[in-house]
Amino acid sequence: MRSARLRRTRRASAVAVVSAMTLTALAACGTSSSSDSSGGGASQPTGSSDASAPLDPNTKVTITIDCMPPAAKAAELKEWKEDVAEFNKTYPNVTIEGRSTPGQCLEPPRFTAMLKAKSQPDVFYTYFTDLPQVLSENGAADISAYVNDKTVPALKDIDPNVLGSLKQDGKLYGLPTSNYTMGLLINRKLFKDAGLDPDAPPRTWEEVRAAAKKIAGLGEGVSGFGEYSAANTGGWHFTAQLYSLGGDVVDASGKKAAFNSELGKQVVKNLHAMRWEDDSMGKTQLLKWGDLQKQIATDKLGMFLAAPDDIAYMVQQLGAKYENFGMGPIPGGKNTLAGGNNYMIKQGIAPDKIKAAVAWLNFKNLTVGKGQFDWARTKADKLPVGIPQPNFWLNGSKTTDDAARVEHATMPVANFKTFMDSPVPGKAEPPKAQELYKILDNVMSGVLTNKDADIDKLLATAETQVNQVLANQ
Amino acid sequence: MSAPSLTPSKAGRPRHPEPRPQGPAAPGGAFAKSLRRNLTAHGFLIGAVVCFAVFSWWPMVREFLLAFQKTESGESVWVGLDNFRTVFNDPSFWQAWGNTVWYTVLALVFGFVVPFVLAITINEFRHGKGYLRLLVYLPVMLPPVAAVLLFQYLYDPGYGLLNELLGFVGLPEQQWLQDADIAMFSLVIASTWMNMGGATLIYLAALQGIPGELYEAAELDGAGLLRKIWHVTVPQTRLILSLMLLMQVIATMQVFVEPFLLTGGAGPEGSTTTVVYLIYQYAFNFNNYGAAAALGLLLLVLLAGFSAAYVKLSRAEDE
Repeated sequence: MRSARLRRTRRASAVAVVSAMTLTALAACGTSSSSDSSGGGASQPTGSSDASAPLDPNTKVTITIDCMPPAAKAAELKEWKEDVAEFNKTYPNVTIEGRSTPGQCLEPPRFTAMLKAKSQPDVFYTYFTDLPQVLSENGAADISAYVNDKTVPALKDIDPNVLGSLKQDGKLYGLPTSNYTMGLLINRKLFKDAGLDPDAPPRTWEEVRAAAKKIAGLGEGVSGFGEYSAANTGGWHFTAQLYSLGGDVVDASGKKAAFNSELGKQVVKNLHAMRWEDDSMGKTQLLKWGDLQKQIATDKLGMFLAAPDDIAYMVQQLGAKYENFGMGPIPGGKNTLAGGNNYMIKQGIAPDKIKAAVAWLNFKNLTVGKGQFDWARTKADKLPVGIPQPNFWLNGSKTTDDAARVEHATMPVANFKTFMDSPVPGKAEPPKAQELYKILDNVMSGVLTNKDADIDKLLATAETQVNQVLANQ
Repeated sequence: MSAPSLTPSKAGRPRHPEPRPQGPAAPGGAFAKSLRRNLTAHGFLIGAVVCFAVFSWWPMVREFLLAFQKTESGESVWVGLDNFRTVFNDPSFWQAWGNTVWYTVLALVFGFVVPFVLAITINEFRHGKGYLRLLVYLPVMLPPVAAVLLFQYLYDPGYGLLNELLGFVGLPEQQWLQDADIAMFSLVIASTWMNMGGATLIYLAALQGIPGELYEAAELDGAGLLRKIWHVTVPQTRLILSLMLLMQVIATMQVFVEPFLLTGGAGPEGSTTTVVYLIYQYAFNFNNYGAAAALGLLLLVLLAGFSAAYVKLSRAEDE
């Protein structure tokens, strides 16, 4: 009898232990959800109920922000901490909780999952092109009422086209961090070796072809010109080339494909000629973002279309030297793909948190001489100064900032003079960009991997498929 | 009543304890009684069941629901079969299915036959079997990403080892991953090399169980090597062969890593776009979880249907 009771007690204990362990394990497995409107723990009442008024410095608020530099980027992290300390001199009761991720701040799969789970921090990093996705997930707050010349004093000097990228139906959903327009990135050493003038990058596609042929003539596996053709980046660059000639991927209604045109054929025929007639694009194709950067950083590639910040990536991550690169405007010069990145503020968080977020973003990213525009400090920390990006200032802010960049430049800014002196109108990506790029990848991979590719057929097939996608919007 | 012996009898310990004297019927009937009797086991089971339910079964239910929903402005609404229409209208839909089936067929030709032949060959060796088993299994220990990147170097048309070898013997270079006609073959070769170690070991284990007398009898009847394999080895390993076939079809229909890393997903003119890659595109590049779930559901139904049909046919054959 006693032993039976003991057995039962042991069983009950075992069950209790197992259940407790299971619950503990499950709790450990679970993800913590981010704070909601009432959360964050430290959001306290409240300065002013007027959204347009700046944050009361005495209001106690905690905000979470992503894209804090990771420990591997020691200098950037040091600057971040310094900026937080400086910011806290004005707003001593605002706690900035930075979150960092290794690698790129935004990786689309992770970003999509984050939005779906509503686990984005209070202030989250996005690309300009993410606005429709963020809004479809109800992810960002309308901050129009919070952003004015009191909360962001340099507002009037921010390029309205850049701010326009962050608006929908007249409502503002983000504040810019950086912006870019695509140009022609060149390897100056290979240009010199091939007898070309690195201070005068090609301005037309005919010139690109001729230069690429000369550079490829250097041999030893050197390619003259490189292009993407995989992972949707081929379609992205097909779009850039088409824009440069004045063409468009979709018509004005946004409902029909417009690339199966003379201009579209010109883009594809030029690539076909460079790849197969001139043999100036290398044998390895199906390249995606990152591949061309490695080639040009190791003096194996003469030119490719890129944004200026690719140079910083190549120097900081791939060990290249600034002196080795130069930039010209996109060949053709009619239009160029424009884009950038920014911070948005999570929908549903408390008004004081939004005010604190705007105050921080203003200090960190939108004040000439402070935060990311403190070029003297950037130089002292041995980080790059002189890359023509961000490039969103106008008027007096632009004059002051340009002068500071030149004064503290850590690279020969003259190498980007052609790019800076010949601005090309920026043009945004087409609707359903990624889905269209997926289809246009086939045009690029087709022409770059198949010598006998039927260009008319490739474009016609892609046109049918794009129309199919646009019809199903 | 004698004390129970500490040493088990020759016949071994009874599988079930001696029946205990029956008391009055417990409330709740046989189920409750069984539950009480196995309380500890059930306690241990709870952890696994909860983990499976939360991390495996619930996501499947969720996927089923998602396939009929669309998320807009943060709210999920029922859209009937709209997601299925979206995927059926996708220009890549049939190409992805065609590519996936083609990959599966090629994977069966290479990935099913090669490990079996390799297992038979290793089994014939008198010495060094352990060493050979290790060699064959080594690629499985490589992380898939590392193994795939290794093949990226081998296949590179500029400096790749394969083209170097072809050049050495005077054959023309090949665009291993960049020719729409042979890209899929290249993926299957990489995949077979990466995965055949596990299958080979399983076949080897099955071969060890075949009685030597059967081969001796076949030899006495004048059977050569091929006839011994066909009339002894294959029938004796039929069960394991059919199980491996089923598992391989299920695995290869879900191919993703190889095309994603070797050909950027779609490959030349979309020739390596697979169903799972298309699901990935929907979910993470097009932000269309509904369409991704719908396509996933189609794949699930197809594989479940194939598995059921296969099991039924196997049983019918056995009978």
